[in-house]
Amino acid sequence: MTAYFRSIAARFFHRSQTENDLEEELRSHIQLRADDLERFGLTRAEAERRARIEFGGHERFKEECRESIAGNFIDVLFQDLRFGLRMFRKSPGFAAIAILTMALSIGATTAIFSVVDATLLAPLPYPQSEQLVSIQDNFPGVGAQDVGLSEPEWQDLQHSGIFEYVSPTWFDENNLTGSSRPARVRLLIVAPNYFALLGVQPKLGRGFDPHDHSPGLIPEVVISDGLWKRAFGSDPNILSKSVRMDTDLYRIVGVMPAGFDAPGRTAEERNIEVWAATSFYGAPLSDHPPRNRRNLPTAIARLKPGLTIAAAQSRIDALVASLQKQFAADYPLQNAWTVQLVPLKERVVGNVRQSLVLLLGAVGLVLLIGCVNVSNLLLARASARGREMAIRRALGAAQARLTRQLLTESLLLSLFGGIAGLAILFSVKDFLLRLVPENLPRLNEISISWSVLLFALIASVISGVLFGLAPALQAGRLDLNHALKQEGRVSTGSGERARTRRGLVITEFALSLVLMIAAGLLLRSFWDLLNVRLGFSPQSVITVRTRMPSPNDPSVDKYATASQEAPFVRELIRRCAMLSGVEEVAIGDTASIPLDESLRDLKLISEGQFLFTVEGRDVQSDHSTVVERSSVSPGYFHLLGIPLLRGRLFNELDTDNTPPVAVINQAMAQSYCPNEDPLGKRFKAAKAGAPWITVVGVIADARTQSLAQAALPQIYLDVYQTWAKRLAILLRGHFRTAAIADEVRKQVQSLDPTLPVSGGQTLNETVSASLAQRRFSMGMVGLFALTALLLAALGIYGVISYLVSERTHEIGIRLALGASRSNVLRIVLRQGLGLAIVGAAVGLVCALIVSHLMASLLYGVRPTDPATFAGVTLLLMGVALLACYVPARRAMRVDPMVALRYE
Amino acid sequence: MSDEAELLPGTLDLLILKAVSLGPLHGYAVLSRIEQISRGALLIEQGALYPALFRLVRQGLLKPTWGKSDNNRRAKFYELTSRGRKRLREETDGWNRLATAIASALAARPQEI
Repeated sequence: MTAYFRSIAARFFHRSQTENDLEEELRSHIQLRADDLERFGLTRAEAERRARIEFGGHERFKEECRESIAGNFIDVLFQDLRFGLRMFRKSPGFAAIAILTMALSIGATTAIFSVVDATLLAPLPYPQSEQLVSIQDNFPGVGAQDVGLSEPEWQDLQHSGIFEYVSPTWFDENNLTGSSRPARVRLLIVAPNYFALLGVQPKLGRGFDPHDHSPGLIPEVVISDGLWKRAFGSDPNILSKSVRMDTDLYRIVGVMPAGFDAPGRTAEERNIEVWAATSFYGAPLSDHPPRNRRNLPTAIARLKPGLTIAAAQSRIDALVASLQKQFAADYPLQNAWTVQLVPLKERVVGNVRQSLVLLLGAVGLVLLIGCVNVSNLLLARASARGREMAIRRALGAAQARLTRQLLTESLLLSLFGGIAGLAILFSVKDFLLRLVPENLPRLNEISISWSVLLFALIASVISGVLFGLAPALQAGRLDLNHALKQEGRVSTGSGERARTRRGLVITEFALSLVLMIAAGLLLRSFWDLLNVRLGFSPQSVITVRTRMPSPNDPSVDKYATASQEAPFVRELIRRCAMLSGVEEVAIGDTASIPLDESLRDLKLISEGQFLFTVEGRDVQSDHSTVVERSSVSPGYFHLLGIPLLRGRLFNELDTDNTPPVAVINQAMAQSYCPNEDPLGKRFKAAKAGAPWITVVGVIADARTQSLAQAALPQIYLDVYQTWAKRLAILLRGHFRTAAIADEVRKQVQSLDPTLPVSGGQTLNETVSASLAQRRFSMGMVGLFALTALLLAALGIYGVISYLVSERTHEIGIRLALGASRSNVLRIVLRQGLGLAIVGAAVGLVCALIVSHLMASLLYGVRPTDPATFAGVTLLLMGVALLACYVPARRAMRVDPMVALRYE
Repeated sequence: MSDEAELLPGTLDLLILKAVSLGPLHGYAVLSRIEQISRGALLIEQGALYPALFRLVRQGLLKPTWGKSDNNRRAKFYELTSRGRKRLREETDGWNRLATAIASALAARPQEI
């Protein structure tokens, strides 16, 4: 076997020697024959001539000999490759354009694929991650999703025999004190089995003991590599140290490896800095947590080995049914409680799947258009090479051999394109990664991995075959006689070739139209969102955040109740209002920051969604009883410019000692008190012992929760009456953002030096950040659509120019016979527009299908939006006209004398 | 033309091996030798010889070396390898069996059936 390869290698590298050898041998044969003939009395010259004639087709036999020597695929391949390279050297302009087109389209496709691969395709970076699931409790009966689970339910799941481990996860923030400056850290409270569940161990020290069931919080923490480096200067003796978080002392027992991320959808959720463990009962939690207190917001689990998710789900369903029977009082039937197992990966990346698939589809179209363009170029070149092909056929090259040669050439082009594309990708990848929204799940896993390289290779090969096939097959069907007769002329077999080229241009237009309509619809959605009436005014407002500690021992908590916290809040508002440039100040919990997405989906305890019941009414099955809730100070509504419609706002008389009051928005009033006076209505959190809350005012709807949704029910509580841990300080006025944030920090820390202060974003930035994902999709699709438009324009320009040059003679005759120049212009333009119209018609049909598939990504426009469809089609026609106009003008200027003489 | 036989497919290789078995020959001499030993009955198109020669070399049946011809021209000589010799024997046997079988089939008279 090795000898075989060595001989192939030898043949490849010593090719020219073999070639000389062959040549010399054939020459020696002719000389020997001539010697014989000379002996019969011919002159030397005559003898040599006769010898050559007798020998027959010299080149043909040489070709056969080469194949005999080669005799195998690899040799022929090398031969084709070397020939292909020679052809590129001979026409570098053509090769450069083709390679560049392929480089850009393969590079872009590979870039998007690398994102899709890292997020949607690659398994999560934990061992046997297909066994990992997220546990989601739903109350479909009341329209509530992901309501969290209770400690007894967690125990039920642990002992169900379905899971290896189950761990609730509870995102929280904590105040890290003791180092230079109080800092906010992202904390994940988990069960002691968490690291065993994920199958990842700390790089320093140890994780928690998975079988620890002691009550309360374990006074140990595991910290992230990032925190270890940032706050502890990569201290190698970190394991003997303790940290103080929210006034409690924890011993550091482990440091996670760099690059370890908690499974999470958002950057906040992934970049956990501290893990603390508890068995979720005992102080500071309840000793006997009730079954209906769903205070464990999320849970993950590892299935027993060999168990599929479907099998596990059916066992869970049975478990749920029996629990529901056993604890009927805790599970009201109308809730229709279910427990759903979701693959952990699905939970992490599920909400970006559609956008990413759209992007991959869009870039795939660009690749296709790129292929069509190169195919077109190849066909144009095939005209020029018609004679070469004809001569090679005449000299005895087989038809299949020529087809193979041309396919090899196009594969070579696309492989070079792929390599160049990867090179471009490598050099701009850092820049590209900065464009990706920070909240994209698994962002830091994006890399140019082996699977990405393999994809680039496959994409190159497929595109090479795609764009090479039509020209190669056509070269095979060459009409020898006709081609050879057309001495010196460039056009051969032009009828069929021109037909193919027209077909390609039509395809190109159809594809571009689909892409442009998709981009147009996304652009309109984005535009509409940008110009939506917010209902509040984000101008010259900034937000600064702080967080009150919540020690495990409530008796040392300085801010345990609303009345303990109120003096701090009041004083902070007073001090901030005196800062120069500040006109208005309000304080709320972080849920009150309009359109803030940084903590979205984290299910923070005591914030956000609010499960409630309305007084004097059974739970309504036709309405969700979950609303968004935030706590705010009285000045909040005026600061944001949200008008009061009825009743009153909060005032100084509402305190911890007076009955709790609420302000609701109009949407809430309409959904829960239709045709009734909402004022005086009473609501109550859906948990035991919660006080009744009276509605005192109704405000106008504002898009504080979601830009895309007009009227989400919303309830506001008084920050002086509720316990809020995460505070947002909103300031309106005219000041320098950075300076004012620092001023606020000083004020906060002069009141309590242990409080961390962060933020300092303007509200406009927050609003804009909430559009990041949409902006990214739209920008990308828009970029691809522009590329497609450019390629389509080049395509039609190429074809029309070619047709014009082919018809120069005919145009000359027409002009000579008295056709006006505008006539000629019209003929050419009509031809170009005809192609564009057919392409657009095909494209419109495809675009209708695509736009319906992407309906859920749209806002404010219907998938059939006539304005977008018409506008984009017109734009495409305009570009087509322009692209045809240049060659058409050339046709118009044809000098009949020159054109006729040319023939 | 009438006294020249059509060459059956596959027989050219056999003839070349036979020609070369009598001593190393260059390409042109192979042709002359075949013509000579077949008494002019078999005529081979000159160019067609070379692809066959290259094929046999690739199969390891012939070994080429450059040398000088009788009239002092540089030429490539082909020599039978041991594998070539073995192949020649097998092919000759096979051919003889085939030829005998076909000859007796063609010689059959009606009364013998």
